[in-house]
Amino acid sequence: MSILELSVKELRKKITNKEISVPEVVKAQLAHIEKTNPLYNAYHDINKNALLRAETVQKEIEAGTLDSAFAGVPVAVKDNICTTEMTTTCGSKMLTGFHSPYNATVVKRLQKAGAVIMGKANMDEFAMGSTSETCYYGAVKNPWNPEHVSGGSSGGSAVAVASYGAFASLGSDTGGSIRQPAAYCNMTGVKPTYGSVSRFGLVAYGSSLDQIGPIAHNIEDAAAMLAIISGYDDQDSTSLKQGPFDFNDCLKEDLEGKKIGIPVNYLGEGIDPEIKAAIYEAAKKLSELGAECEEFILPMVDYAVPAYYIIASAEASSNLSRFDGIKYGYHPKKFTDLEDLYLTARSEGFGMEVKRRIMLGTFALSSGYYDAYYQKALKVKALIKQAFDGAFAKYDTILSPVAPTVAPKLGESLNNLLQMYLSDIYTVSVNLAGIPAVSLPCGFNKENLPIGMQFLGQALSEKTLVQLAYAYQSITEHHHKKPQLEVL
Amino acid sequence: MNIDAKMVDYVAELAKLRLSEEEKLRMGEDLNNILVYMDILNELDTENVQAMTHVFDVNNVFRADEIKASYPREEILKNALAVEDGCFVVPKTVE
Repeated sequence: MSILELSVKELRKKITNKEISVPEVVKAQLAHIEKTNPLYNAYHDINKNALLRAETVQKEIEAGTLDSAFAGVPVAVKDNICTTEMTTTCGSKMLTGFHSPYNATVVKRLQKAGAVIMGKANMDEFAMGSTSETCYYGAVKNPWNPEHVSGGSSGGSAVAVASYGAFASLGSDTGGSIRQPAAYCNMTGVKPTYGSVSRFGLVAYGSSLDQIGPIAHNIEDAAAMLAIISGYDDQDSTSLKQGPFDFNDCLKEDLEGKKIGIPVNYLGEGIDPEIKAAIYEAAKKLSELGAECEEFILPMVDYAVPAYYIIASAEASSNLSRFDGIKYGYHPKKFTDLEDLYLTARSEGFGMEVKRRIMLGTFALSSGYYDAYYQKALKVKALIKQAFDGAFAKYDTILSPVAPTVAPKLGESLNNLLQMYLSDIYTVSVNLAGIPAVSLPCGFNKENLPIGMQFLGQALSEKTLVQLAYAYQSITEHHHKKPQLEVL
Repeated sequence: MNIDAKMVDYVAELAKLRLSEEEKLRMGEDLNNILVYMDILNELDTENVQAMTHVFDVNNVFRADEIKASYPREEILKNALAVEDGCFVVPKTVE
């Protein structure tokens, strides 16, 4: 087995035992990325200073000044998270060549922990999409079958790890953008409680919904990464005043006394029967671990997607108004006056899906329609939150599918927009309610494409969710299965 | 709600987007499809529901009024369209 296929924990052990040095790992990582990236397109920009950085980290480890769960570990960072090294493009022509003047808080924390950032991961343009096909720099391909999508919007982050181009990565989740590509690529991903991870340096899409989170091969690695990036940050005014998560005492293989609710109305019409079967099979495994599974009806399911798209688009239309062609971003070569500069920059810089959501959001916020759409959606959001509160009064977690299908073929989704939006049905309500969720592998379909499931919990129940995922992964093998990579 | 050509023009103007004739047609069609689907929200009686902007209780966040170093000016200006005397240059806005 190649060292690149080790878990973060295993790699750390080898580095600590001096079986391998950080520069050796990073050299092997760079050589592998060079071979795999032309096909899978996980990375947009590769870190030219990665080897230099690896040497520094190695010295610090040897000097005894650096000892963390990620010291010397190669990671990928989604391209909407600001880094001073490499460009930050959000998968858009609008930000081609943009160099951030600062690092995002999560990047600073990872660097302090000794992680080596290998590159910036491709994504749907401005995180708007569920397939990573709206990326201006080309679609990201699924390592399990490159004719299928990676999922999105954090497709590059999921594929970077799934194709062994990084040991873990950072994604962002506004309506499922960490969990769904993780499910499509057999990865484990966490969407943390709103406010538990700083958004400083994350290019905003839907500010009330966005959260940064980890993607890794297993929950232990993902939890270790989340522990590093979480905790209060005075540069994010929505940051919760609490310390970083500590998951050390919840890596237990026992689920005695845990109550799990399975929403039957998530498993009715519209879901792939193989996914439904995998969810029930997982419930059986969880019962073997001592958990008590019970079916129930989760109210408001059908209203989550429309409420989400109104709120997310409204916030996007406001957030993306900063792209004016002046301070940063795409500068048109020719323009006649200020108005023409704005119009030309935005019309040539944004792709069609971004324009569509800006239009939808602008409409929902416009005079005469604000109450009927935006206010209405905010009221529905309150009802969705209530529905979850009711469920979590009875259950420690909700066990749910991540998506109604496995990864679709490239090109299939963008032809049917409404269908693509509806495929977010199991993920968006989590963001509306601000609660955490863990997405993890639970099987494969007949065509050997991964199936994912998710544990949803009440706000700040990350430790419970990590324990559930850890216990499940301790008695299952799905997350160990490896794709047959096609390399040059 | 029906989005007609006039509405597409109006919203595009608000959003500072210039759409081609082809894009306008597609945009009108797409928005109509999406909004028809969104009408499902009208099934819900929300008369007595308080709109929720924040999921957690939030308070105004203030910081102490301390003087701190900001980012270097040249760093902030390095991505600009045009720079002169340490400032962003924009086309003339006032006649």
